[in-house]
Amino acid sequence: MARPFSEVTSLPLPLLRDNVDTDQIIPSREMKSTGKTGLADGLFAGWRYIGTSGREPDPAFVLNDPRYAHSAVILAGRNFGCGSSREHAVWALAEYGFRAVIAESFAPIFAGNCVRNGIVPVVLDAAAIAAIAGSGGPITIRLAEQDVSLADGRRWTFAIDAEAKAMLLDGLDAIDLTLRQAERIAAWQGQDRAARPWIYLEKPA
Amino acid sequence: MPGGQAFITETRAATLAAGIRLFDVTDPDQGIVHVISPELGIVLPGATLIAPDSHTCTQGAFGALAWGIGSSEAEHAMATGTLRLKKPGTMRVTFAGVLPAMVTPKDMALALIARHGAGGGAGHAVEFAGEAVRALDMEGRMTLCNMATEFAAMTGMIAPDEKTFAWLAGRRYAPSGPQWEAALAQWRMLASDPDARFDREIGIDAGALAPMVSWGTSPEQSAPIDGCVPPDAPQRVLDYIGLASGVQLKGTAIDAAFIGSCTNSRLSDLRQAASLLQGRRIAQGLKAICVPGSSQVKREAEAEGLDRIFIEAGFEWRESGCSMCFYAGGESFAPGARVVSTTNRNFESRQGPNVKTHIASPATVAASALAGCLADPREIA
Repeated sequence: MARPFSEVTSLPLPLLRDNVDTDQIIPSREMKSTGKTGLADGLFAGWRYIGTSGREPDPAFVLNDPRYAHSAVILAGRNFGCGSSREHAVWALAEYGFRAVIAESFAPIFAGNCVRNGIVPVVLDAAAIAAIAGSGGPITIRLAEQDVSLADGRRWTFAIDAEAKAMLLDGLDAIDLTLRQAERIAAWQGQDRAARPWIYLEKPA
Repeated sequence: MPGGQAFITETRAATLAAGIRLFDVTDPDQGIVHVISPELGIVLPGATLIAPDSHTCTQGAFGALAWGIGSSEAEHAMATGTLRLKKPGTMRVTFAGVLPAMVTPKDMALALIARHGAGGGAGHAVEFAGEAVRALDMEGRMTLCNMATEFAAMTGMIAPDEKTFAWLAGRRYAPSGPQWEAALAQWRMLASDPDARFDREIGIDAGALAPMVSWGTSPEQSAPIDGCVPPDAPQRVLDYIGLASGVQLKGTAIDAAFIGSCTNSRLSDLRQAASLLQGRRIAQGLKAICVPGSSQVKREAEAEGLDRIFIEAGFEWRESGCSMCFYAGGESFAPGARVVSTTNRNFESRQGPNVKTHIASPATVAASALAGCLADPREIA
């Protein structure tokens, strides 16, 4: 079960570029186990450290700016999380402490992975993102109200799929949710198996 | 990757315990999942097919609804036999006309993404249609659908037709006998109606396309091979890729060439590259590698003598797999090397530390390997 989300107030980390891909969020060389943990150290490794094998922080990369040391929100451009389906990208973000990403758009697999791991994918337009970045102050994201606000009162609402919202708010387990409909699923599969037997492979002996 | 051994060991144990058929590294049917699933007739028209890999959309070429998911959704699918999914919007991308010589499905995909953005398909399932798509063989259709995820689409798909059915007939997991006839009757009804309405429509003149090559660090940063790095290219991207705005792409010196990946590692891809390489030698000092997409592709290519053509031209001929598309197995190109590659992602350090990747078709990669620089396959053929 993912950590439930109600609201977060944080100075957002400005990563204002388009097409931040999952190879940057967690390079494949940083995926050293089959588990969901031990990934925070490799988050943005290619941009965060000097050289490719060491761990010396690159002061030019915003994640190493002490002002954003406690940021729980990333502020980005278009098509955040594009590329590989590796859920390690979201696990690394969650383990590092991020609770939300605000972007103009998300890659679909990444957005789905966020919802299953307690990270809210917030879609705002370019003008709103520029205004938030320009303010230099903290923001508050409220999920129930679906809004993002600045301390000076400026406020933007965002859209999120109703089921994704419910899962994030309550940290619901999608498998539990689905198994409540096990009978209907079995009935459908029985009917489909009769109509399209070639779809159903038999288990190997 | 560094955890590769653990991944393989745990996968063997888990599949054995669950009674799941594993195509292991020593299996004669081993290969990239999006290559072997069609080879074995696992993907079928009308099937719903998922895998925890973003390029699962490749298999939409068979008129299946096929898309990539994360680990949690894979767990959900295995536990419940279902996925919870929001219905995507619909988009049709129509390629009218006839592709010119040496212009390939890879170039169609890169042209689409260059024009409409790497986020251009977000929120949509894409149907590829039109005369140029109908004319593609199944392997070409797979290449086109493969790149739908680089367009941020949920998936790409192509209406099944007689080519699809002919390709699947007799494959191991495809239906046979009376079931084949029943399946065909259903599959013939799957194509979109002539008057179908889509939420979005994009049209592209295939006859006006040229071989494409990427110049930046996103597939949307691609241009015709006879084009230039655009004047408004982001400075951060130029700093990484080591090119200046306005520079001509053709003639850019390369260190390495790679032919492989789920995008372009099938028999027709290897044949096309070999047709250019035959009787020629790649540029001196260039590292060039060809990795067939499956053990079956490798066997078939060797039966035709393609391996000899690659090796005599100066290519390494490797065992099948994902290989150096993304660092799998821990091997990569030399730090900072400039590589022309038939893979799907030119992301920073994707193929090794600070490696500068230019994605292109097998024809363009073969032509470039011969020239030692980004080259136009139309000028060699």
